[in-house]
Amino acid sequence: MSVEAREKRQPWILLSPALTAITLLLFIPLLFILVYSFWLRTATGADEVGFYLDNWREALTDAFYRDILLHTLKVAAITTVVCAVLGYPAAYFIARSKGNKPVLLLLLMLPFWISYIIRTMSWINILGVSGALNTFLLWVGIINEPMQMLYNEATVILGLVHFLLPFMVLNVFVSLDGIDETLEDAANSLGATRWQSFLQVTLPLSLPGLAAGGLLCFVLGAGTYITPLVLGGTSDAMFANLVFEAIITQLNWPLGSALSLMLLAVLGALVMIYNRYLGMAQLMKGLG
Amino acid sequence: MKKIDNTTRYERLRERYMNGDLSRRSFLGLLGAAGAAYGVVTPYRAFAQDVKEVRFDGWGGVVSEALRENAFDPFTAETGIKVVDGTFGGGDEYLSRVKASQPGEYNIAHLSGVFDYARYHNLGLSSELNEANIPNLEYVIPKLIDVFRKVSGGTLSCVPYDYGTTGIAYNRKHISDDEMQEKGAKILLDESRKGKIAGWSDWRTRMWYAALQTGQSPNDIQDVEAAWDAVRQHRDLSLKYWGSGAELMSLLAEEEVYVTEGWSGRIFALQEQGHDIGYMDPPNGFGWQECMYVMKGSPMEACEELLNFMLAPETSIAVAEGQNYPPALDPQKVDLGTKIPTLPAFDPNGTLENLTFADPAYWNGHEAEWSKTFGRVQKGY
Repeated sequence: MSVEAREKRQPWILLSPALTAITLLLFIPLLFILVYSFWLRTATGADEVGFYLDNWREALTDAFYRDILLHTLKVAAITTVVCAVLGYPAAYFIARSKGNKPVLLLLLMLPFWISYIIRTMSWINILGVSGALNTFLLWVGIINEPMQMLYNEATVILGLVHFLLPFMVLNVFVSLDGIDETLEDAANSLGATRWQSFLQVTLPLSLPGLAAGGLLCFVLGAGTYITPLVLGGTSDAMFANLVFEAIITQLNWPLGSALSLMLLAVLGALVMIYNRYLGMAQLMKGLG
Repeated sequence: MKKIDNTTRYERLRERYMNGDLSRRSFLGLLGAAGAAYGVVTPYRAFAQDVKEVRFDGWGGVVSEALRENAFDPFTAETGIKVVDGTFGGGDEYLSRVKASQPGEYNIAHLSGVFDYARYHNLGLSSELNEANIPNLEYVIPKLIDVFRKVSGGTLSCVPYDYGTTGIAYNRKHISDDEMQEKGAKILLDESRKGKIAGWSDWRTRMWYAALQTGQSPNDIQDVEAAWDAVRQHRDLSLKYWGSGAELMSLLAEEEVYVTEGWSGRIFALQEQGHDIGYMDPPNGFGWQECMYVMKGSPMEACEELLNFMLAPETSIAVAEGQNYPPALDPQKVDLGTKIPTLPAFDPNGTLENLTFADPAYWNGHEAEWSKTFGRVQKGY
């Protein structure tokens, strides 16, 4: 075998374990889901094998699914904006802190050591009628009777921000950490104020990190179902809750498959748009 | 005759070969034959092996604790068979897991209602119990057994275990007993309590209570649209739909809500904890009987042994006292002690004529349509 042929084969040999894992654990299950989406659920709950377009027709034409999808995208967008507003200053502070960086990064990672469900449920003990906040407000006399703070869209967004904020901070931090600090000094020496040097130098250079964090927050937020289930009210369901209900409650795996592929397609399109204009390299840095 | 193990057998063979009693060819041939026999038999050994564990799935919380403490741990101590217990939030969710599993992966489920039994049976998940291995079945209320037999053509795939009701639980600080008696199921549509009402996110319960609120028979709803309107009205007044017993107890105990439907045993547990929560079964309130259902592909003898152990009066009574649901044991045949007669829904006659159960054919006939419709109504449609 020639050296050239060996060099050509080498990347594939090195990639083969990862490719095998992705094929077995992602593409083949996705293929199953795609096949399932063309089956039908019978009255008893058993599946009828065949090629039926009924589930797709229902998923694509029924206003119910469209409205919940739009609501999901709205909640994910608000969550992303809140994460960006809260996450950027935190990431800036960590990136610019001299000696405490490792400690601050460790603190940022701490929430990941606790189960996401437990973190979500902790808000019940904080915001509940007999929770910490109401108890404190009653104690200091600001309110006379407990306020109803839980089980609405705001608490769903709060729970999502709690879950997703570290992803935003990490991505922005990676971006800010890579910026040469002397650039700001150069801007200042040319007469720019600190605020101007931030707006005209640091912020534009950190935008790829902000975009990567935004994409992660949006995609993860739009795909969640635990948060609206635990912290949402009667009409705060998101699209993933529909998938859960179709598959678990209604035992309608074919429709659930069509709905999950629909969500995957919408979120996949967003990732493609991101990749087209910003590239995946920044996202990989943030995840790394 | 003394049994010898494989090591001794091999050592004897080797000794004969070393002594020259056996040719090299015969020695290697015998070793090869032993290896081939092992290879052929190994895949089937699992079927002949002693069963080491049985998987049980139930409702979690105080129910699981009661079963673990009073039935599973003593059973393991007595037989050496480990009971692995998992939990689920409802029969629908569990069915989805079973559908995705291999036969034998799940063994015994604590199913609620004959409608669940019928549903599982119609999906081909039933086993056939050898009742001779469950002599304690004789203590069970006959009416509870008969309804299951009717579904599965005379045989049984389960044993009845307990019964209870889904009635109305209310906070006595805010709602008096007199008001409850006056309003009954309609208290869940009381506009003055908007935001302090909750309900179970189970389509059957929602439609059952909607039938009561619109003056219809739950097992024969004629005006379905009126019932859905009642479900919508309840949704608009509710703070939240709860999805588990733990969530139900938390909502009431923390006073997030003042009134909701509730499972009789869980409400009794709240009362035992000192919460001033009232419980009422309105006329035609939702009665149900739970069973221990054995899935097809399970190790039958081990499962039957466990079921018999669980039905032994001393075990069954201890579990019932722990989970706060009356046992399926016939009070005419077994002395149920002092606590069980105080539990909600308990019937001292063992006829259960005062409870209304869901007609399995009627409810399973509407399952596909109503569960889907409720999924939409629940979200504001």
